[in-house]
Amino acid sequence: MPHDHSDHPHALLPPEPALRVKALETILRDKGLIDPAALEEIIDTYQNKIGPQNGARVVAKAWLDDDFRAALMQDATSVVRDLGFYGRQGEHMVVVENTPDQHNMVVCTLCSCYPWPLLGIPPGWYKSDAYRASAVREPRKVLAEFGVILPKGTAVRVWDSTAEVRYLVLPMRPQGTEGMDEDALAALVTRDSMIGTGLARQPEGGAS
Amino acid sequence: MDCPSLPDFTAATGLEEPAFTEPWHAQVLALTVHLNEAGQFTWAEWVNRFSTVLRQHGAERSLNGGEDYFNAWLATLEAFLSDRGMASAAQVEHTRAAWEEAYLTTPHGAPVTLKQV
Repeated sequence: MPHDHSDHPHALLPPEPALRVKALETILRDKGLIDPAALEEIIDTYQNKIGPQNGARVVAKAWLDDDFRAALMQDATSVVRDLGFYGRQGEHMVVVENTPDQHNMVVCTLCSCYPWPLLGIPPGWYKSDAYRASAVREPRKVLAEFGVILPKGTAVRVWDSTAEVRYLVLPMRPQGTEGMDEDALAALVTRDSMIGTGLARQPEGGAS
Repeated sequence: MDCPSLPDFTAATGLEEPAFTEPWHAQVLALTVHLNEAGQFTWAEWVNRFSTVLRQHGAERSLNGGEDYFNAWLATLEAFLSDRGMASAAQVEHTRAAWEEAYLTTPHGAPVTLKQV
């Protein structure tokens, strides 16, 4: 129900868990264990600076440059670090490449491990029990929920992320994208295509 | 075990959704990342504890990955900090109550600050 906030005699009370987080911050700050400026910077980074656009950049480069792709498949951690995308938790990045024979899909059955530097904060469904439980057990059914129907001959491989290893799917380059530059290609790379629950977009007016 | 019904994944597959739906989700994540980077614990230690709490919370009902996910995150962090002697449950409750009091006694529009507790 809409209401006019100016009617409030006092400041709007945040939800209970928000007050508990504020309490933790206050206690840790008073003990000198946290730096409020560093906290703000982390929030800004995750809210505004990192997201699927980083991963899309990596995928577009791999589509355009065979040497880059080979290096990426060999040692993704150092290749993406060179682009300025590195794991703050010291994890290793592994890129798994989709082919006509194998479609790759990423999950974290443990909790929600995810390549933060390349994709940002995971979407709600990635963190849900339903996805975490069913991705491994019945990946084709989950893919169908996302509208992805693979050819019968394509195997599905599910990669389970951990605290130490995070996976990024390198989707197949769509047909009809010859001659497109990196920016145009990156625009076709969706977040879901890099988790493996989607495919890269078809270019407008391209083959479908 | 019953197969959980799948959520409507396709409703949230765009690139445009916000990273965090509530400010406190961002705050509690940042606090955890900051403590990890400051060397208070390794990320593997965090994942170990967090996945245990998620399992416990998920035993009663299927977690949707939204608010309940961050509630589990907060519960993990509180227990972790309490075990490490960095913030006891009593301290947290005392400070939380002080913040609540501060919000309820600050005129609307004025900045809310905590009196020394």
